Amino acid sequence: MALSIVDTARGTRRVAREERQAQAGSGAPRNRGIFDPKLLRGALGPAVRKMHPLSLARNPVMFVVEVTAALVTVILASDFIGVTKAATGEVGRGTGFEFQIAIWLWFTVYFATYAEALAEARGKAQAATLRKTRSETAAHRRRDDGTMEEVGSSALRCGDVVVVREGEVIPGDGDVIEGIAYVNEAVITGESAPVLKEPGTDIRSSVTGGTTVTSDALTISITANPGETFLDRMIALVEGAKRQRTPNEIALSILLSGLTIVFLLATATLRPFGLYANAPLGIVVLVALLVCLIPTTIGGLLSAIGIAGMDRVARFNVLAMSGRAVEAAGDVDVILLDKTGTITFGNRLASRIVALPGVTERAALDAALLTSLEDETPEGRSIVELARMRLAEIAPDGPSAPAAPAPGSDVASVVPFSAESRTSGVILEDGTVVLKGAVDAIVAALDTAAPAELQTLSDEIASLGATPLAIRRNGKPLGVIELKDTVKPGLKERFAELRRMGIRTVMVTGDNPLTAKTIAAEAGVDDFMAQAKPEDKIARIRAEQADGHLVAMTGDGTNDAPAVAQADVGLAMNSGTSACKEAANMVDLDSDPTKLIEVIAIGKQLLITRGAITTFSIANDVAKYFAILPAMFVVAYPELNSLNVMGLARPESAILSAVIFNALVIIALVPLSLRGVAYRAAPAAELLRRNLLIYGVGGIIAPFIGIKAIDVLITAIHLA
Amino acid sequence: MFPSPLGLLQAVSLFAVAILLARPLGSYMRKVMEGERVFLSPILRPVERGVYKVMRVDETVEQRWPAYAVSVIVFSFVCILALYLQQRLQTYLPLSQTGASGVGNVNPDLAYNTAVSFDTNTNWQNYLGETTMTYLTQMAGLAVRNFVSAATGIAIAIALTRGLVRRSSTTIGNFWVDLTRSTLYILLPIAFVGALVLVSQGVIQTFASSLTVHTLSGAAQTIPLGPVASQEAIKELGTNGGGFFNANSAHPFENPTTLSNWVEMLLILVIPFALTNTFGRMAGNARQGWALLAVMVVVLSVGSFVAMSSEERSNPSIPAAVAANIDQSAGNMEGKEVRFGPDTSGLFATVTTGTSTGAVDSMHDSFLPVGGLVPLFNIELGEITPGGVGAGLYGILTFAIIAVFIAGLMVGRTPEFLGKKIEAYEMKMAMLVVLFLAFSILFFTALATATAAGKAGPLNSGPHGFSEILYAFSSQTGNNGSAFAGLTGNTLFYNVTGAFAMMLGRYAMIVPILAIAGSMAGKRRVAPSIGTFPTTGPIWVGLLIGVIVIVGALTFFPALALGPIVDQLLNNAGRLF
Repeated sequence: MALSIVDTARGTRRVAREERQAQAGSGAPRNRGIFDPKLLRGALGPAVRKMHPLSLARNPVMFVVEVTAALVTVILASDFIGVTKAATGEVGRGTGFEFQIAIWLWFTVYFATYAEALAEARGKAQAATLRKTRSETAAHRRRDDGTMEEVGSSALRCGDVVVVREGEVIPGDGDVIEGIAYVNEAVITGESAPVLKEPGTDIRSSVTGGTTVTSDALTISITANPGETFLDRMIALVEGAKRQRTPNEIALSILLSGLTIVFLLATATLRPFGLYANAPLGIVVLVALLVCLIPTTIGGLLSAIGIAGMDRVARFNVLAMSGRAVEAAGDVDVILLDKTGTITFGNRLASRIVALPGVTERAALDAALLTSLEDETPEGRSIVELARMRLAEIAPDGPSAPAAPAPGSDVASVVPFSAESRTSGVILEDGTVVLKGAVDAIVAALDTAAPAELQTLSDEIASLGATPLAIRRNGKPLGVIELKDTVKPGLKERFAELRRMGIRTVMVTGDNPLTAKTIAAEAGVDDFMAQAKPEDKIARIRAEQADGHLVAMTGDGTNDAPAVAQADVGLAMNSGTSACKEAANMVDLDSDPTKLIEVIAIGKQLLITRGAITTFSIANDVAKYFAILPAMFVVAYPELNSLNVMGLARPESAILSAVIFNALVIIALVPLSLRGVAYRAAPAAELLRRNLLIYGVGGIIAPFIGIKAIDVLITAIHLA
Repeated sequence: MFPSPLGLLQAVSLFAVAILLARPLGSYMRKVMEGERVFLSPILRPVERGVYKVMRVDETVEQRWPAYAVSVIVFSFVCILALYLQQRLQTYLPLSQTGASGVGNVNPDLAYNTAVSFDTNTNWQNYLGETTMTYLTQMAGLAVRNFVSAATGIAIAIALTRGLVRRSSTTIGNFWVDLTRSTLYILLPIAFVGALVLVSQGVIQTFASSLTVHTLSGAAQTIPLGPVASQEAIKELGTNGGGFFNANSAHPFENPTTLSNWVEMLLILVIPFALTNTFGRMAGNARQGWALLAVMVVVLSVGSFVAMSSEERSNPSIPAAVAANIDQSAGNMEGKEVRFGPDTSGLFATVTTGTSTGAVDSMHDSFLPVGGLVPLFNIELGEITPGGVGAGLYGILTFAIIAVFIAGLMVGRTPEFLGKKIEAYEMKMAMLVVLFLAFSILFFTALATATAAGKAGPLNSGPHGFSEILYAFSSQTGNNGSAFAGLTGNTLFYNVTGAFAMMLGRYAMIVPILAIAGSMAGKRRVAPSIGTFPTTGPIWVGLLIGVIVIVGALTFFPALALGPIVDQLLNNAGRLF
């Protein structure tokens, strides 16, 4: 009974998700495309606010650009009103040129803040929707003496007990202590199908504030104070309000700041060097060189990449408690997966139908099919499916032949399963009884002594952790059906993919070693832990970590919580207990444990995107030197024009082209940084070779082409 | 022009022998530095123990990184002070030459510059060796510094390696033990053998003060002599470069034959090459070491090829009318010894600047600008291909950390080197190293070009003069010590700024590098898998070369453009400075 509920719920959930995706944008903001025009427009304003020097100071690279933009603007103004004027032989000191440089420097800053604002926009929209549901609701609180009182949801504290009836919104996070009811959690998970909640089940007893009871009533013990509920945390997370820079982001910022200082040195000392060579260099030209050299591309997109990575995880309906967790997911190289529900479906399905000696396979299959035609349990349906498949294989001539059982034998009545008989099946019109059931129950009803093979076969099946069912036709045993927990399709390929990424999978199960070994081999996991108790999981995680591995695991029960906390990446199921969710650094709102694999891929993609744009940004500098240096010294050393390999038209056009390219490349890379670079499972060496070729070598070549194109364009329209 | 076959043969045989020696010497050095027994132990172990007894060092006690760094700094500053005093008081000490080549006490700023120079393994010489220093100063002062400054370099390289390979350790070794072992077991024995080989080639070793000869024209000429061979071997082996004579390795008493020249180059390369092997062995994966060596050999080979080719050319700025009357078939012979010629000189210049040696067998100032660019760029890469003794290894490891950080993310993991995560602290320290390098070279060059005292230094005007200043501060910051010549360095301005540049180039690098060692030592080591960033193999070698060259080029390209690059372009057009 319970099994089929889970199964049906799973089916509806899938449908609901598809519906949700179909109606993207209407009710569920989290499914909007990145470049929804509404979001694009919505980011325009916040991007301007983000240009405030105080808010930009967190980003040293863009802060420097803003300071230089202000500096050039001041020089432009003072040149315009004639307070200052160019020194003789100074390149690039016309107000028209200065005006354009100033504009493009401001744009460079704006493009960076726009990228960040755009990355945040989706989360903001999502948070707004969530906030609506968090509005104050009435709660029926039970006093210690058992009487009820009505209070606002914000008055609830940890330990309060409330009663929620059909149609009411659950006022806060808590655990069910009485009652069984369906709860609609669409606000959190986006799934329209209600979920069954009951007390004492560990998994299904936790409820989230803001969700609605759709049947019956629940008595709930509140586990979170106002402002600390799951919904509150979710709002804060998707909104990015409390976004902390991750350790890797901080380290990268240090690299970028360091490079900025190096280039500040290189350009600042160029002024005295120029004077020594009788080549006076203006501030505007030096500023242009500086801005082109400092890593503005990655500096401008760094935070957008991080926010977008979190958002990609959120779109998978996984809530990462910090960016650090997403980063750590990329580093994981061992994952612990529970067997039941994660690797296998968790219900026993028919895997084999074996005929006893002296019985044709066809006869055994026909009988198996008959016994289960009216059996609506997953086991029954799986037997029908398997028998039909086998029959089609052994009698390939008639495609529909197996559907029609032996002649003269329509089903007269159904023998339902009962706990006493432990068998089920049918009685045919000619009175023939065809039953399947527990081996000892079937054996007891046989005409003759059971053949030895029946016992050996069923023992063999049982020893592998599967369940044998015997079949009899009247008093004659025909065969044995093997029911076993089945590995989810496609997982073997996923695990092979993980292996190519250098990630080891370990299956954790309470089964005996023999069973565990069979399933492990079938699923293609690298290792397994049999007869594992919760404390074994922690011990295993600790051992792996001591060997220098980073471990990820999923969990839902309270006894999983310590292991989930110990793991480097702990993914809790939303259906799990609040203790487990508390311990985890990610929560899967769909409660699908295999999502861990996607989360790892997203983590890797985030890191690759960051690395690719960093490499691209630094590689770009080579071309910019070839554009700007010859232009700077065109008067003092015309010979340096042989470094002008791009053949740029004029010194002003060369400098301007480099600055424009530098600004435009930020905008051009916004889609890449929000979407993430394409990722496929491959060994590190292969990824490195590919990405180095694209973003390293490509990063050296691209600006030569881009700058030249801009130069041709601005020369054609006489901008410089 | 293509280098001559003989020149190429020389280069190839040199690199090949140095690479062949890397494995045995690397293994030997690992054993020595980890305190294992080696074939010299029966003789040297008692000496080693005696040293510890005198210095009151317990060899079993290791230091955390701050203590290690303090030991290095204290030791160095005491040495600087002692060498300063010795120069100031040298005439009162024994073994001071008298007579024609008699020397006085050294003046304060020069003594200061020289003391810093030899203790930072730079050996920048603002003085004429034979007419400034007494034999005692040369032997007990300068030559001793040649040993200990090199040994300090080895010690720090090994300390950094320990930091990178140890698991969850708080200590990185004991500086006094590392210093003693590298001096006793590594530098002394090789220098001893090297000196004997050099003597066999005619390098002199005598306490006689000078030789008076009568020239063909009948005039009397005084030729200074001295205990040269003993100093020559360690000068090269320790990548020091400070010559006994002002002419350095161009002087026939220091470097008489092509073979002695080859041996000197081999002595220069042998330890920096082999230390990569020591590193690989300590890291438990010899390929880690070979990858670093491959980077060094590639950069060094390209540099050698460019420098040798450049000097094989005739000088394009000699007017056609003049050129018609002179034979330029030997290439650009200005400032070169006839017994070496352009190939050998170009090769020696690359080797001596690719390492932080700075010995010269020709005048780099007289190289054609592109030929002169190679030594300059070598130094500005940070003296890491292959770099000084020890300094090269710790320098290239710092760049490896930066390279891993930039590109490592592209494999989808947070960056790690040898299985250890590179985080904000390590990045901060690695960037400090890059920053100090850039600051010291660019700031002091800018200061010199902007002040009268600085502008008074260069012999030539225009870009060539600029190159002379740039080279001086690059050489001193890089602790190279070779001079572009042409610059009058023995002035208050250059003595003092140069000493600052040398100290920044040495100590401002050592401290952050030891900090990296200390922080990395404490980290747990992530197990390698096919998902981890590979720091072996051709892609990594290419990447590391790319990062080293691009970071170096981006930092110094404007300066180089205004120096040797424009110089060459003008030279092609027939303009000279």
